[in-house]
Amino acid sequence: MKFVLLWSDALFFLLVVTAIVGGLWARRIEHLRVSWRRVGQSRVAMAAATLLVAFVAVALLDSLHYRERLPGEGENYAVEVRSALDALLAGLRTRTEKTYSAPLATHSFAKETIEGEGRDFPRLKYGGAHLGDELGRHEMDIALRAVQGLALGLIAWLALWLAGAPLRRRATHLAWEAVFATLFALCLVSGVAAALAGGYHVLGTDKVGQDVLYLTLKSIRTGLLIGTLTTLIMLPAALFLGILAGYAGGWVDDVIQYLYTTLNSIPGVLLIAAAVLMMQVVIDTHPDWFATAAERADARLIALCAILGITSWTGLCRLLRGETLKLRELEYVQAARALGVSSLRILTRHILPNVMHIVMIAIVMDFSGLVLAEAVLSYVGIGVDPNTISFGTMINTARMELAREPMVWWSLASAFVFMFALVLAANLFADAVRDAFDPRGAR
Amino acid sequence: MTLLSVRDLRVAIGAARPVDGVSFEIGAGETFALVGESGCGKSLTALALMRLLPEAARIAGGAVQLAGTDLFALPEARMREVRGGRIGMIFQEPATSLNPVMTVGSQIAEALRLHAGSADPRRIVELFAAVGIPDPERRADEYPFQMSGGMKQRVMIAMALAGEPELLIADEPTTALDVTIQAQVLDLLARLAKERGMAMLLITHDLGVVARMADRVGVMYAGELVEIAPRAAFFARPAHPYAQRLFAALPDTASRRTRLATIPGSVPNPAERHAGCRFVSRCAAALPVCGTVPPPWREPAPGHRVRCHLEAVAKIGAGGTAPTATAEQPPPPAEPLLETHALKVHFPIRRGVLQRAVGWVRAVDGVDLSIAAGRTLALVGESGCGKTTVGKAILGLQPVTSGTVKLLGRVREGLAPGEMQMVFQDPFGSLNPRLSIDAIVREGRPDADVPALLRQVGLAPEMAARYPHEFSGGQRQRIAIARALAVAPRLLICDEPTSALDVSVQAQILNLLLDLQERLGLAYLFITHNIAAVEFLAHEVAVMYLGRIVEQGTAEEVLENPRHPYTQALLAAVPKLTGTVGERLLVSGDPPSPAHPPSGCHFHPRCPRAAARCHAAYPATAVISATHWVRCYFPD
Repeated sequence: MKFVLLWSDALFFLLVVTAIVGGLWARRIEHLRVSWRRVGQSRVAMAAATLLVAFVAVALLDSLHYRERLPGEGENYAVEVRSALDALLAGLRTRTEKTYSAPLATHSFAKETIEGEGRDFPRLKYGGAHLGDELGRHEMDIALRAVQGLALGLIAWLALWLAGAPLRRRATHLAWEAVFATLFALCLVSGVAAALAGGYHVLGTDKVGQDVLYLTLKSIRTGLLIGTLTTLIMLPAALFLGILAGYAGGWVDDVIQYLYTTLNSIPGVLLIAAAVLMMQVVIDTHPDWFATAAERADARLIALCAILGITSWTGLCRLLRGETLKLRELEYVQAARALGVSSLRILTRHILPNVMHIVMIAIVMDFSGLVLAEAVLSYVGIGVDPNTISFGTMINTARMELAREPMVWWSLASAFVFMFALVLAANLFADAVRDAFDPRGAR
Repeated sequence: MTLLSVRDLRVAIGAARPVDGVSFEIGAGETFALVGESGCGKSLTALALMRLLPEAARIAGGAVQLAGTDLFALPEARMREVRGGRIGMIFQEPATSLNPVMTVGSQIAEALRLHAGSADPRRIVELFAAVGIPDPERRADEYPFQMSGGMKQRVMIAMALAGEPELLIADEPTTALDVTIQAQVLDLLARLAKERGMAMLLITHDLGVVARMADRVGVMYAGELVEIAPRAAFFARPAHPYAQRLFAALPDTASRRTRLATIPGSVPNPAERHAGCRFVSRCAAALPVCGTVPPPWREPAPGHRVRCHLEAVAKIGAGGTAPTATAEQPPPPAEPLLETHALKVHFPIRRGVLQRAVGWVRAVDGVDLSIAAGRTLALVGESGCGKTTVGKAILGLQPVTSGTVKLLGRVREGLAPGEMQMVFQDPFGSLNPRLSIDAIVREGRPDADVPALLRQVGLAPEMAARYPHEFSGGQRQRIAIARALAVAPRLLICDEPTSALDVSVQAQILNLLLDLQERLGLAYLFITHNIAAVEFLAHEVAVMYLGRIVEQGTAEEVLENPRHPYTQALLAAVPKLTGTVGERLLVSGDPPSPAHPPSGCHFHPRCPRAAARCHAAYPATAVISATHWVRCYFPD
């Protein structure tokens, strides 16, 4: 086994580490601690955060990549790059059917000619295979597994609850009840899903027989990466240019304003499409840059983040410029100037900390928008690499599935439900963060 | 006859009781003033009468009767007829009280339609004329942005009059206005109340305004009325210790350069529960019983009621930190610390695509000042006259168009952090909320001795680790002063340092400034519109009008013997505590724009003595004495 560190993995880990370090650092800064405590006291925010942490955990597992060692002599490794999540979900990944099957089905979705029996729905290779010929037990078996799953979930939740007891005692001001209520629901749902997944395809299979649950879980990483990396890429530019324009004024302000007004007036999708197509050409003409297909797909993913970042910094930049214009005239900045403090020091001590709430709010608010943007871009074919599993590619293929008669609905529905949960949690969390950090709301 | 009767009114915000058992009556045609410092609950009382409380607040008890109608029992639909119809209201900030996208005439028409049934254009013109808006036909078609603050407040008053109210609630109606405009608006309100027999509930923190306007006075403290009295009795013999201390804290000529009496401590938190008197912790004459039993109402004189345990309340003087005389000032040194010569700051007015300057706003137009070490020069003027710009230009925060600033005889360009510092007006905007007090004080000098500096401005050194939001306005102003003192400047430019503070806190800051001057030999350029503070602190006074100094001299000369008609008007417009309305020189109109100053003497359009030559050329300096000069053709 050989570990593979893709660029996106490195950036994602860096981001998570930065968030953790930032969190520890924020505990020492009084006003940040107060604001974050306010977030922690909000039930909605804590429930949303719990769900987000669950999503991030899945994405983290999916970011530990490796290549398996091939059997035989010598140092030979498989071409496929797999992740820890793939290993955990090996059952789901390997048990592929021939084609479409509905959730929890025992038979294929489409009729086929079966030798000696004419046209009929063929039995699935894995879905409900353990039932053998006792198809009458199908519903009973599902119910039984569901009950087992609930019990399993309950036990898992109880374990978590007991493990969390010291935390609850230490930080009594946080809305723990919301956290454990969310965990309760999460444990039950995952318990049932896990129990059922042992014998069935819980969310059905897609055109080539891949398990849809597996696909949706794999999509989470793509969505999270696009939502966070894009902000990370655009942040320095927006921060630097916005503050500079607001503080320096004059021709500097004019140039920066000209830049973002121009950029803003180009239709976004057009710009992104042009950039993605150019990048595609570059990637295709240099196959030697990438050892595996996964690396190539990864390069495209990062490039997409960069392009989205380059086209989306203008909004934040404009906000920061306005706020800096206001702060620049405030009396404590005037006082600092009168005391002979240098411009750089004024920017870092007085301006930057006082615009950080805007940055914070922008990051969490933009996140959901970017996850949705990925879906739209992949749908029109200029998003991630077709080999990358993402909500966008799932929705793209669902276009054809919805046109079938009878309709194949589960692919789209699963992508929709997962993305909805992710974006809703992000939005609710963003709302709470905005309320807590907005100085007008502060008392 | 009683028009409005408030019985035991209580307002609750969560657990706090910002208004706690307030009872008073207003007779028909009477002006009743509610006085108190910020946070005492006077505005909430008014809003509760109108049932217009903010969402978080609710009426927790009491009754309000308006000529027999129980206002709290009315359904909301009927209450709407009362608001504007029987009770009119005007607010502090005229700029935000008018809708900026509607003409003022149509806003009045709206009020007329609601309360008089129809909006007769003649009635609008009538109302505008009644509130003294010149050229009412034309002004009715203007938008709020085309009007000055004083005009907007007149429009607000006209709107309140549209419903022919029996009672007008005026919540700090002149606080946002300049002193000459304030005088105009107060006169207007007094005239209207008399003409229409309208009762008025006047809410203010300014005892001068009370003395000018009120028939009866109610003093509020921490959500309670502590004293109700007829005006004359109140100003002659304030009965409650709080009221007495408020009077003692007011700076005036008599207290020049002596210590003002201050009220120790601060107003209690409205969430606090009180067993006894609410003022007990700050009262110099408190008895043991004050802390345990709520004081009863007693009546030292007919109509004069006070809520205090002390039997002989009238005998208690200002008490506590009584004014103490200070040593005689040394004569002014010959060598000036700071001199400006023909200082000009002009801002370009840019128009068009190429942003070419089509005109200039002459914010500062040739100012000569000189301050000696250890002396205070007060720069007095109304808003927009350019006094703050002078301060910033001297300091180097504002690029100078022409002219020189000399420090100790040497021409200086740009900043001189070690020589001059500034203290700003807004105590909430002058400290970075993200930095600790320690970091703020160290801003100019990283090796500053923070504990010593904090002690110097009267704060405890332990406060250094805390953050600005934990401090009150007065404490923040002290911190701002400590920050400026850290670099040991010789000149402190104080830009309205007390105008955002309550009377008792203002006294503390003025005392502090005086102490520091005596101890450290600081010179002050004291920029203000508050004449009382000038009387208290200044050695010399310069009066500024539209970018130029119109009169300058020692404080005695300028304040007691003003020669420029503008100075005379400015001094006359300040409401006096005696309430005696003598022969006052009222100036009409608003200050003109510095972009288009009038020809000749800038003051001639408003000047009662203007003659033909005043239109023609700006008057030259007329010397009255060695230290006193004025720019007027009639210096006698």
